[in-house]
Amino acid sequence: MAETSLNTPTSERSRLRVSLDSDFAYQFRKSPVAIVSAVTVLIMVLCAVFAPLIAPYNPFDPASLNLMNGFSKPMEPNAFTGDTFWLGTDDQGRDVFSTILYGMRISLFVGAAAVLFAMVLGISLGLIAGYVGGWVETIIMRVADVQLTFPAILVAMLIFGVAKGITPVEYRDQMAIWVLIIAIGLSDWVQFARVVRGATLVEKNKEYVQAARLIGRGPGAIMIKHILPNVLSPVLVIATISLALAIIAEATLSFLGVGAPPTQPSLGTLIRIGQGFLFSGEWWILLFPAVTLLALALSVNLLGDWLRDALNPRLR
Amino acid sequence: MNEPILSIRDLTVEIPTRHGILSPVKGVSYDIGRGEILGVVGESGAGKSMAGNAVIGLLSPPAHIAEGEIWVGGTRVDHLAGEQMRRLRGKEIGMVFQDPLTSLNPLLRIGDQLTETMLAHLDISRSEAEARAVAALEEVGIPGAAERVGSYPHEFSGGMRQRVVIALALCAEPSLIIADEPTTALDVSVQAQIISLLKKLCRERGTAVMLITHDMGVIAEAADRVAVMYAGQLAELGSVREVLTRPRHPYTDGLMGSTPLASRGKDRLHQIPGAMPRLDALPPGCAFHPRCPHAQDRCAENPGPRIEDGAGGVACWFPMTREAVA
Amino acid sequence: MTLVAVRNLTRIFDVSKPWLNRVVERRKKAFLTAVSDVSFDVAERSVYALVGESGSGKSTIGKMLVGLLPPSEGAVKIRGTDLARETDAAKVDAVRRDIQMIFQDPFASLNPRWRVRDIIVEPVASRGGETEGMAERLLEQVGLSARDAGKFPHEFSGGQRQRICIARALASEPKLIVCDEPTSALDVSVQAQVLNLMSDLKDEFGLTYLFISHDLTVVQHMADRIGVLYLGRLVEEAGPDALFDDPKHPYTQMLLSAAPQLDNFGRDVPPPTGEIPDPINPPTGCAFHPRCSIAQPVCSRERPEMRDLRGARVACHLAE
Repeated sequence: MAETSLNTPTSERSRLRVSLDSDFAYQFRKSPVAIVSAVTVLIMVLCAVFAPLIAPYNPFDPASLNLMNGFSKPMEPNAFTGDTFWLGTDDQGRDVFSTILYGMRISLFVGAAAVLFAMVLGISLGLIAGYVGGWVETIIMRVADVQLTFPAILVAMLIFGVAKGITPVEYRDQMAIWVLIIAIGLSDWVQFARVVRGATLVEKNKEYVQAARLIGRGPGAIMIKHILPNVLSPVLVIATISLALAIIAEATLSFLGVGAPPTQPSLGTLIRIGQGFLFSGEWWILLFPAVTLLALALSVNLLGDWLRDALNPRLR
Repeated sequence: MNEPILSIRDLTVEIPTRHGILSPVKGVSYDIGRGEILGVVGESGAGKSMAGNAVIGLLSPPAHIAEGEIWVGGTRVDHLAGEQMRRLRGKEIGMVFQDPLTSLNPLLRIGDQLTETMLAHLDISRSEAEARAVAALEEVGIPGAAERVGSYPHEFSGGMRQRVVIALALCAEPSLIIADEPTTALDVSVQAQIISLLKKLCRERGTAVMLITHDMGVIAEAADRVAVMYAGQLAELGSVREVLTRPRHPYTDGLMGSTPLASRGKDRLHQIPGAMPRLDALPPGCAFHPRCPHAQDRCAENPGPRIEDGAGGVACWFPMTREAVA
Repeated sequence: MTLVAVRNLTRIFDVSKPWLNRVVERRKKAFLTAVSDVSFDVAERSVYALVGESGSGKSTIGKMLVGLLPPSEGAVKIRGTDLARETDAAKVDAVRRDIQMIFQDPFASLNPRWRVRDIIVEPVASRGGETEGMAERLLEQVGLSARDAGKFPHEFSGGQRQRICIARALASEPKLIVCDEPTSALDVSVQAQVLNLMSDLKDEFGLTYLFISHDLTVVQHMADRIGVLYLGRLVEEAGPDALFDDPKHPYTQMLLSAAPQLDNFGRDVPPPTGEIPDPINPPTGCAFHPRCSIAQPVCSRERPEMRDLRGARVACHLAE
């Protein structure tokens, strides 16, 4: 019966929705979770982008490394050199704080690029499937269904393995990051395609699309100019949540040793390196990258959750 | 008039928003007597449905009754708590909505829905309730009622479904029916059937009906009295014949003029300039004065007079005289 | 002069379940005949109205007229050009430019992400035409302000949006506008404004309207010629006076008596009986015969042909 109480005339209701739409900023201000996670994400992105300026050391410059600084504890002067590192150092004397900053750079870049790749692929295929229909739709969506039956990480590992097999050894480290992006992106496009196809099916029957067909607009123009802008808001939500998943996927792959190489360590690589020292007492090498990854993934996720609620007033 | 079944006095519904308080219903008073059909007519945003929802206690928060009283059959209901209101809603007030699908549980056979409703509100045995369910369906004109009690709502056509909803609304023998745009989703020929059915049943049982609609034609055919609403307020209240043939409020007059009529032929339709103001931008004074052809200074300064008598009246400083319009 | 000639227009939709379901449930393919053998002419600078209840096929005819749907059989000729069969692209484009449409739902017919200016000029801009100042001029012509061009559709009420739709329809300077229930989503007072505007524009630009509606009073007000549809077939065609004063087909008579009237207080005529049949399995012979009060055995056997009767065309065996 709750539904029937919403039986107000159409224009009244849509006016209400319009004002909700424009109150996006208001809802943001009202949500402490959204503010905290947005600020966290922003700080981390800035740190990653400006890592060379912020980081006290360049962990990948062998000339600046001093093996004597190895295994320094956090906030304590090193027994041999007297240097102090905020978050300690690893076995090779690399500053953990600096490696985290540089690792975040890799993680965020790989995550964002993978999502972008998945988004472009998913939106294009979803639009085509939804608008064109027929056997084109059947083929695209069945491929998507098949892909969904494999765990995403397995798909990514498969692609990674194949790519590794066909790239020459000397390019492997250089190629690793790009292979990672394509691997994660390819395992992630399905949900974009599904959502965009669903939204396209709704939009293509609306009268503004008919009006565009009527004046002789071609399918390409209708898909890109008319339908695409109207299916983007759910895409934005999925993109945010996918970003968190992509960062975690990258970390998982790197942790398993099939991701970012130790010469370009991401947060996942750092965790893999760190776990070797956990039981010998050097806990900081593992803990700090892990906490960073957790904070990053969590705040991106919370932001995505909030975004979904904010863009969809019917959920509340 | 004898003791009214429904009596609304000075009803105000408010919705607090962060831009201020909106009043979709403001100072509305009307009565509905036994066996009487009151048509509540107005354009979208006039607050006609909101008033109906207030009576059944189905305002969706944050909307709430801010002022006024609602009496149903001698009981004051506007401040009843949830559980009491629910019981009253089923027993004393029946509801018919625009979309019959949302008023019926799609997973229950219609016979069960009728039986359950009766068992909840009437002191009868299950077998009697089942017998009455068939009788109720027969009464609303469903062919083969005895077989169709076992059908699900989706197995009926739109018109038949609305008949089932009416049977459901009437089966607990309520004293008041609130019908919110009951025929808007239906075709003309089916609409005529439903209206005729609603009229017949209510006359026979003495049920009071609040018929909410935007269609003047439906009001003219079905209602005894009519309440014309504009921007949340009551503009005019009176017998259908008087209000429709000799409107006293300029808004009612404009509304009648803008309806295409057989007798008017192809002349230009009368136009009310402008549009109904939004709730958050109500003009000062009488809400209708910016669109009113007879407005004077007083109309812009003072809010229009309110109709306080539930029987009839006009909310206008300078009502049109009945003779002048004829 | 005839602008539109509709000949034996038929549209059949395949409403079968998917192949696998059909095989499993052992069902045959199901077809819905939405429009069946409809013929009529629309004279230039006139208003031709199609009335009917749901399932009468009136919107389907509208879509076939503007070329959104291809006909299954029959033809729509606009100035002698058959849009669905013409192969000369230049000719098709020229005809398309002459046709526009106004839709029922003013909330769905404007792209919510586009500015009003871009919406209005799209029919011209998509062909590479000059659009400078065009939106502003058209907005003023339909009773809105030139300043509205920079706004988005959600800033307007239903009636104002319908005016924007009309402005867009006028942009390509069409000859024919198909109006599919243009005012049924609007309030009475707004409907009056929009109908008056449409009448004015018709005179000003020499337009022809195909007016699709379920509302008899609106149709009577607007139309020069009215076609009554029942279950995809034209049952009667006449001028408004002939149709309303002297309806010949029993269905037209039923529709007229069922329509609520403002001056019929507490009218207690027996309402029409029965409902519109399932269009997938329509009745044999005359589709109206199960609900018809004067039906004879012949009505269930033979489909009545359109015949001329006192200035009207009617498809009934018994109408006199």
